[in-house]
Amino acid sequence: MDKIISLKNINKIYGTYIKTQVLFDINLDIEKSSFSSIIGQSGSGKSTLLNITGTLDKPTSGDIIIDEINTKNMNKNQLSELRNQKLGFIFQFHYLLPEFTAYENVLMPYLIKNKPLTDKQKERAYYLLDMVGLSKVKNNPASRMSGGQQQRTAIARALFNNPPIILADEPTGNLDSDSSKTVFDMMRDINKEYGTTFLVITHDRRIADKTDRIIEIKDGKINLDLKNGGAE
Amino acid sequence: MKFSLKTAFRFLMSNKAQTFLIVLGIAVGISVQLFISVLIDSLQKNLIEKTIGNSPHITVTEMSGGSVENYNEIIDYTKKEADVSAYDIVTEGPFFVLSGSENISVLLRGISMKDSIYNIKEKIISGNIPENINEVIIGKDFSEKYNINTGDKINFLGFKGGLLRKSATVTGIFDFKVSNLNSTWILTNNITAYDFFGVSNPNKIEFQIKDIFNSDIYSENIKSNFSNTGIKVSEWKEQNSDLLSGLNGQSISSIMIQIFVIVAVALGIASVLIITVLQKSKQIGILKAMGLKNRQTSTIFIFEGLLLGFFGAVIGIAIGMFLLWGFSTFAVNPDKTPIVKLYFGYRYIIISSLVGILSSVISAIIPAGKSAKLDPVEVIRNG
Ligand SMILES: Nc1ncnc2c1ncn2[C@@H]1O[C@H](COP(=O)(O)OP(=O)(O)OP(=O)(O)O)[C@@H](O)[C@H]1O
Ligand SMILES: [Mg+2]
Repeated sequence: MDKIISLKNINKIYGTYIKTQVLFDINLDIEKSSFSSIIGQSGSGKSTLLNITGTLDKPTSGDIIIDEINTKNMNKNQLSELRNQKLGFIFQFHYLLPEFTAYENVLMPYLIKNKPLTDKQKERAYYLLDMVGLSKVKNNPASRMSGGQQQRTAIARALFNNPPIILADEPTGNLDSDSSKTVFDMMRDINKEYGTTFLVITHDRRIADKTDRIIEIKDGKINLDLKNGGAE
Repeated sequence: MKFSLKTAFRFLMSNKAQTFLIVLGIAVGISVQLFISVLIDSLQKNLIEKTIGNSPHITVTEMSGGSVENYNEIIDYTKKEADVSAYDIVTEGPFFVLSGSENISVLLRGISMKDSIYNIKEKIISGNIPENINEVIIGKDFSEKYNINTGDKINFLGFKGGLLRKSATVTGIFDFKVSNLNSTWILTNNITAYDFFGVSNPNKIEFQIKDIFNSDIYSENIKSNFSNTGIKVSEWKEQNSDLLSGLNGQSISSIMIQIFVIVAVALGIASVLIITVLQKSKQIGILKAMGLKNRQTSTIFIFEGLLLGFFGAVIGIAIGMFLLWGFSTFAVNPDKTPIVKLYFGYRYIIISSLVGILSSVISAIIPAGKSAKLDPVEVIRNG
């Protein structure tokens, strides 16, 4: 199968004087259109790994290859461009822009490109909002939505530019169990329908069990890497 | 650009109280700047107008006090060189007026009665302009002191070679609002003056020009162009150097005040925008994660500065104009004329707008730089 993400010998050391190594020589390939989960104890380095994968953070050494592009020698602008086109992010704290409506938040990845807004984009935004079940609240300011609604808006936003990869850091961490299930099922459906690759950090063992592959991080190393046949 | 502008606007609108206060702060600063610049400029114009409004800016005489024979050439040349607003051909000299047993020393001046720099028509408070030979007008103070009125005949006594006896009829009384002139000047037309002094040319030419502050340059030009004819040229600036250095000092302190006000405003804007960058760090972090470039991030805050500056300047100019209106309406003399006549022009509005907008944009540079440096990981990690 095609690899869409490839991490090669990733090390991450924090601090200049007191050095703490958080990631140790990580090698990881993620297949196109797969749905993988990352689990592990608090402080094990999951978020660090995900942020490095998403080019938000730089590794101390090692290569990150995204959709066959090595990001090592790219400058900040090129990385921004890459994130805009290839990656969608969903975080635990929903991080919508409260100054904008749900609809505008969904359009945000397109708006920052400063290209003229056409009917095509508007329709896509409405379509995505409809897909995540938020047609009714699309013109609400982001600050006036429930946590689950905000997280579903964030999913619609992550999808807007049709990125091949979505990275999610505890996307259901702040939601009650009903909302958690809705949000997770939604991501699963998107993965099936559009073939979008998902890499999701979760604390919820039941959620991890429903993914194609479970990667456990322990003390900055991959401790366990399970193909989860039962999920298919 | 469009995205940055829109985001800047939304960010400002998301904290209306803070935005309102800083716009008000800018507006107060700009209004003070506008008010002070107009007021000080007007004060200076008033002072200059009072000092030289009714006196020549450039004066041409003959070295030894004789006639200026080539006066027509000098006038033509000066008109070509400078923007002459008025000029006078003057024939003047001392005379005595015989009043009873007294000999009163006066300055008899023959001038161009109709379009003189002295604006005689407006200065006459009774009677008429002396148009014919042997007609004169006298000053208000002179008339009151010696009880001489319109229609009276006065006798003159002069010395040139021997005794000169002349007489003339008073056709009117002038008031220059300067007691010295009102009591010692007697004005007439040039024909009468030629006859009184026994000459056929004037002995002085007086010019008023539009750009008064270049009088020294024109004066030098006239001097060098007619250097071989024995003329002497003087101009108002060398005669009023104390006034000018006073005005200069005033201008400098006015500019200092304006600069300090604007610096205070700029610091206010900068600190508010730095706080805004902190307040909006989550938003900036998530936008950067989505692919917003650092340059675009800075533009958001530059636009915030621009918007604050724009609205601050608009409101500030409105307040400033209101203050100026209030000043010219309520700060008046007993006769209802304003204490300081205000000279207002679009120039001031343009300068104040530029000052407001530029200082806001410059103040936004540090906050914008801070926002560009903001690391999205920090924000995402720390919630
Ligand atoms: N900027 C930093 N400077 C120093 N150490 C850091 C920094 N960021 C993270 N760490 C350390 O790196 C380790 C891994 O952190 P990370 O956030 O990746 O853990 P995690 O597995 O995501 O934990 P959690 O499940 O609690 O989110 C932690 O020990 C943390 O203290
Ligand atoms: Mg984490």
